[in-house]
Amino acid sequence: MAKITYREALNQAMCQEMERDDRVFLMGEEVAEYNGAYKVSQGMLDKFGPKRVIDTPITELGFSGLGVGAAMAGLRPVIEFMTWNFAILAADQIVNAAAKMKYMTGGQYDCPMVFRGAGGAAARVSSQHSQAFENWYANIPGLKVVMPSNPADAKGLLAASIRDNDTVIFIENEINYGDIGEVPEGEYIIPLGKADIKRVGTDITLVAHSRMTGYALMAADELAKQGIDAEVVDPRTIRPLDEATILASVAKTNRAVVIEEGWRFAGIGAEISARIMEKGFDDLDAPVARVTGKDVPMPYAANLENYALPSVSEIVEAARVVCNRA
Amino acid sequence: MTTKNQQENQAGITQEGRFYSAERLHAMHDMMLFIRRFEEKAGQMYGLKKIGGFCHLCNGQEAVCVGMEEAAEPTDYMMTSYRDHGHILARGSKPTAIMAELLGRAGGIVGGKGGSMHMFDKEKNFAGGNGIVGEQVPIGIGFAFASQYRDDKRVSITIMGDGGVNQGAVYESFNMAALWKLPVVFVIENNQYAMGTSLSRASAETHLYKRGISFKVPGIQVDGMDVLEVERKMIEALEHARSGQGPIIVEMMTYRYRGHSMSDPATYRTRDEVDEWRSGRDPIVRLQKQMIEAGLATEAEFKQKDKDIKKEVVAVAKAAEAQPEPDLSALWDDIITDEIPNAYPYPRQVG
Repeated sequence: MAKITYREALNQAMCQEMERDDRVFLMGEEVAEYNGAYKVSQGMLDKFGPKRVIDTPITELGFSGLGVGAAMAGLRPVIEFMTWNFAILAADQIVNAAAKMKYMTGGQYDCPMVFRGAGGAAARVSSQHSQAFENWYANIPGLKVVMPSNPADAKGLLAASIRDNDTVIFIENEINYGDIGEVPEGEYIIPLGKADIKRVGTDITLVAHSRMTGYALMAADELAKQGIDAEVVDPRTIRPLDEATILASVAKTNRAVVIEEGWRFAGIGAEISARIMEKGFDDLDAPVARVTGKDVPMPYAANLENYALPSVSEIVEAARVVCNRA
Repeated sequence: MTTKNQQENQAGITQEGRFYSAERLHAMHDMMLFIRRFEEKAGQMYGLKKIGGFCHLCNGQEAVCVGMEEAAEPTDYMMTSYRDHGHILARGSKPTAIMAELLGRAGGIVGGKGGSMHMFDKEKNFAGGNGIVGEQVPIGIGFAFASQYRDDKRVSITIMGDGGVNQGAVYESFNMAALWKLPVVFVIENNQYAMGTSLSRASAETHLYKRGISFKVPGIQVDGMDVLEVERKMIEALEHARSGQGPIIVEMMTYRYRGHSMSDPATYRTRDEVDEWRSGRDPIVRLQKQMIEAGLATEAEFKQKDKDIKKEVVAVAKAAEAQPEPDLSALWDDIITDEIPNAYPYPRQVG
């Protein structure tokens, strides 16, 4: 296996799918001549030409709607948002059009397409450019929400998302773009709706997605030093959720902490902990704890930003409380 | 000027150098009248509480629906806002399925999932029926993009109203369509009122065909109460788009006789204004007069035709009403194509 970056893995997935299916095209701001704002689409214009790798004006609502229409007409658009913060401008097309098209047309039209781009907090860009929106989209019937936490998952999940016949919200993480990991060469697909156990353990289950998976793994290393053997479960697909893997882990460990970068209120952690309560209540030896971003807009100052985000030490602390070791 | 004409020994009318056969004129007339009577029936059924929710009728705007359809190829795409009954009927979709949709029946055109605002017929290339004002415009250029991508010469007829034209999405779409020379005809049905707001209260530039100027999208204004003019101008506009010259705006000057929706008594307009359009410019009466003058029909024939169409509409309503409501299991149908059985929310399950 080759060691490549998260952004190269995403690039490989798109190239793989565009070579395989000529209905697939990539559209977004700076995706072609600039090679992508985060260089995810590096070299794709040269490889596929301007018909299939298309720079747009700064017009999120417009090109998202264009994607919806093109998908309804039988193409397979990959629509890139420079970041998911800008996708709010396109929410009408994602939520009112793409998500509902199959249902409200009685199954006549569907929208097989991927909306993708960087989500979550970036570094030092303040309130409007550092937000986690997965819970918004995960609330909507008709959408799938996918979030890779490492390069191999980035490749396999993006390829699966492009092949999927539904609208997929694919949220990458800007901080992770440069992460390096082993990624299978050639065609590589990870089925949607399958969680992955990133670390096997027996004492507590840490459920974390996207960038927080890495934090959970670091917390697990720290906990191991303290004699607590944590299992780390990465849902990978947020909607629909492979809760069976989470519940099986909790049945083994009897304890759980759910971690997310986004805000606590009505977040992904609220849903996952509710499901553990509904389905795994008898397995629990302690209430499920949540570690989330603080309930504040993201500040700019380095110390404030750092404080606003979940930290490894907060995860460690929450795990110790749940294990009665605080 | 309408003149009696014999072209290749065929009865018809020639207008502005274009010949319309008697057969074609009758078809256009009958469809306009059918839409009028269908909408009246829908209004009546709404009054009886058999149709629920929002219901926007297009009485008065029939020439736009029929003239455009006459000019279009069946393979051309068409999408519009929620005032969609007339357009989908003109496209040739089954009236019983349209009425059944209004009644929330299993045999509705979208299975009872959409109602008045969400009529779709993929077989007829009719892509809605979109409920959010202006939403269909970016979608419309998406269909045009697909046409250009596949080079299949299909034009996307993207319809909006004088209200919808103020949405930002429209200008984003004008820009991209012009930038990439997408084969799209932007049709603005200017019926003078966005719900209760008159054009002059909502638009700094009330000549809506000029709204594309800064995007280099040309525009024309058309008498939308004259089905033959609509047909001719749409032919030109479609040719413009199909030949690779990019988008064009067609502003159809028209009028809706009814309120914005069934709950709107339309007190913001004077009776005189409505009467002026209704009795002076009605598209159906206008075509009837032209055909009678040209010796292609008599008043008695039109009266009989009206009776026949009314009967037909009653039969349509009866057949639609006789249908069952959708099976409760349909609640769960058509949300996701590639269902993932072992992941939550589980397909077809509560919790």
